[in-house]
Amino acid sequence: MCMGLEEKTYMISAIVEHKPGVLFTISNMFRRRGFNIESISVGASEQPDLARMTITIKGDESIVEQVIKQLRKIISVVKVSLLDPRVTVARELALIKVNTPDTKTRSDVINYTEIFKGHIVDVAHDSLIIEITGDEDKINAFIELMKPFGIKEIARTGIAALPRGMKSTIME
Amino acid sequence: MVLMSGAKALLEALKREKVKVIFGIPGGAILPVYDELFAETDITHILMRHEQCAAHAADGYARASGEVGVCMSTSGPGATNLVTGIANAFMDSSPIVAITGQVPRALIGKDAFQEADIIGITTPITKCNFQVRSAAEIPKIVKTAFYIASTGRRGPVLIDLPRDVQTEEAQIEFNDNVELRGYKPVYDPHPLQIEKAVQILLQAERPVIVAGGGVIASNACQEVIALAELLAAPVATTLMGKGAVPENHPLSVGMLGMHGTVAANYLVQDADVLLAVGMRFSDRTTGNFKTFCPNGKIIHIDIDASEIGKNIKPYIPIVADAKRALQAIYRQLLEKFRKKERSAWLERMWELKRMHEEVVKSNDGDGIKPPALMVEIRKILPNEAIITTEVGQNQMWAALYLKVYKPRTFISSGGLGTMGFGFPAAIGAKVACPNVPVVDIAGDGSFIMTEQDLATSVAWKIPVIVIVLNNSILGMVAQWQRLFYGRRYFAVHLGGIPDFVKLAEAYGAQGIRAQSIEEFRRALKTALNSDVTTVIDVPISSEENVLPMVPPGQDLKNLMLS
Repeated sequence: MCMGLEEKTYMISAIVEHKPGVLFTISNMFRRRGFNIESISVGASEQPDLARMTITIKGDESIVEQVIKQLRKIISVVKVSLLDPRVTVARELALIKVNTPDTKTRSDVINYTEIFKGHIVDVAHDSLIIEITGDEDKINAFIELMKPFGIKEIARTGIAALPRGMKSTIME
Repeated sequence: MVLMSGAKALLEALKREKVKVIFGIPGGAILPVYDELFAETDITHILMRHEQCAAHAADGYARASGEVGVCMSTSGPGATNLVTGIANAFMDSSPIVAITGQVPRALIGKDAFQEADIIGITTPITKCNFQVRSAAEIPKIVKTAFYIASTGRRGPVLIDLPRDVQTEEAQIEFNDNVELRGYKPVYDPHPLQIEKAVQILLQAERPVIVAGGGVIASNACQEVIALAELLAAPVATTLMGKGAVPENHPLSVGMLGMHGTVAANYLVQDADVLLAVGMRFSDRTTGNFKTFCPNGKIIHIDIDASEIGKNIKPYIPIVADAKRALQAIYRQLLEKFRKKERSAWLERMWELKRMHEEVVKSNDGDGIKPPALMVEIRKILPNEAIITTEVGQNQMWAALYLKVYKPRTFISSGGLGTMGFGFPAAIGAKVACPNVPVVDIAGDGSFIMTEQDLATSVAWKIPVIVIVLNNSILGMVAQWQRLFYGRRYFAVHLGGIPDFVKLAEAYGAQGIRAQSIEEFRRALKTALNSDVTTVIDVPISSEENVLPMVPPGQDLKNLMLS
């Protein structure tokens, strides 16, 4: 940005109260402050009344610092941590519907899916739906491979992430 | 556990928070609560004439007293009318609790009559908001709301109460524990950060302190003065910080910013160490962010971590309560500090302060000049009088030329800049402090936005004084059109309508017109001795500018003086 800081992708893990309105409060804050969110995923955590949210954001250091501070300020947000990509497991799930008008493309697509350790989860006359999980790069690479066949639809979950080993994001 | 209705539980919970006054207007969706208020003796409900004024009055009450102010409205339009007042309290960190009626639970989301999604609407302008889903939740939610509003960086909280929750009978339990996993304000400063700040302050040659609203909120005015005297550091304030130091203190240099004093703006820009306390570096305070305090090391103390580095990156951040941080700094500094020869820096301060006085004098001439009027008002009012302002030229003249000597005696809409704030805020302040005079410095454009609550002040015998600087124009907009748009005045002429003396009289208030300083003196003295609200109409020229002025986005030293 203006101060010559490098733009990178950051992963933020937030533990939030699992109740109506929390996702709205958080996404509304992002909108209002003009933060550009790449992906956001939310679901149950190990505690029944808390949910885990994983947010990926592009920006420089000062922006990600503001994002974290603004998140911490929200009262229904219990804990926020910046994930270090070197010691973080990050996974995304994608469903990709690909055109398979003939047996040749169909077997090509199935081969690629096996190489990427994906699954065929739906078969129709002229298309397949592939389920694939992995980090963002893997999914992007697979999507690139599928493009020549003709992608009809894609649904991605956004990244879910946890730090490796004994580190827990709930403890301070 | 006691069996009672939700409405009764609400009032009991409010009483446990020591609420004595509610500013509000009833309506269908909040009627069960009003029905309980009918027989309530510990809480006074003041019927306002517009919900915006109810919120501003609660805000004024909070700022004058330091306690949480409470406002109440019905659902839908009642609730949306509160919005400006809530946003205003949010921007200025004022602790209020707004209670809104809501349509019955089964109708929520069905676009029922007078239904508005007030939770969605107020999410970005409240610290927190709650929709109550059952009567049994009420004590806990009220307790939590007051706790959140009045702790950490203070601010508004909204409680939305569906009508059938108010009538629901439930076993109610009151408990004083608040447990919030995601809200733990940091009050104590980090010792290492204090040490670093002390090191920097020890080396300072040209120190300046900037005191913001947080100094008043945390009751840290004495600490600022003690530190300033120890360091021999001039103290500037933000608009919200006005009153944090007595403005007749030798080290006080007044407000900095777009309409800052010559001394405040120059000294802040020339400082080598800037101790910024309880302030948020608003654009109106800093001018151009990039050229703000260019050679100074900034120590930033704020209780809200998200303010650190948001607009200005400090050299030393301290997340803490202002009072505790200043006390910690003072204690360490006292051990190590050797009085420094600071005569050049202080001489510079005196010289700049004299320059500022010249600006006031150069405003002398025919007719009533606003700076002179402000000086006159100060001479007549006792020091403990509370001054509220509207927004625009009236506000900046008051900020620049009406010296304030005590915290919580200057109440103004800083962040949101809400025209129409000053009058209802004055009503709220007068309710909080019935024994001191409360004066709203107004413009004709601002006053007309909330003048209907003259009815409230007369009916409830809450006598305040409104001084209307009447230039028949939206003065600050006209000033910008004059200075930056080649005098192409458009949509600013108010035509001298209404006649404010007659307007006041129509409400049963007292109206006085003052055409000269002499008449004004008499009018203000009459008003001070009156037990009814008085509107003093003071005609002034529409050509007046508020000076000094820094054009928007420019360096604080680019002061226009004439």
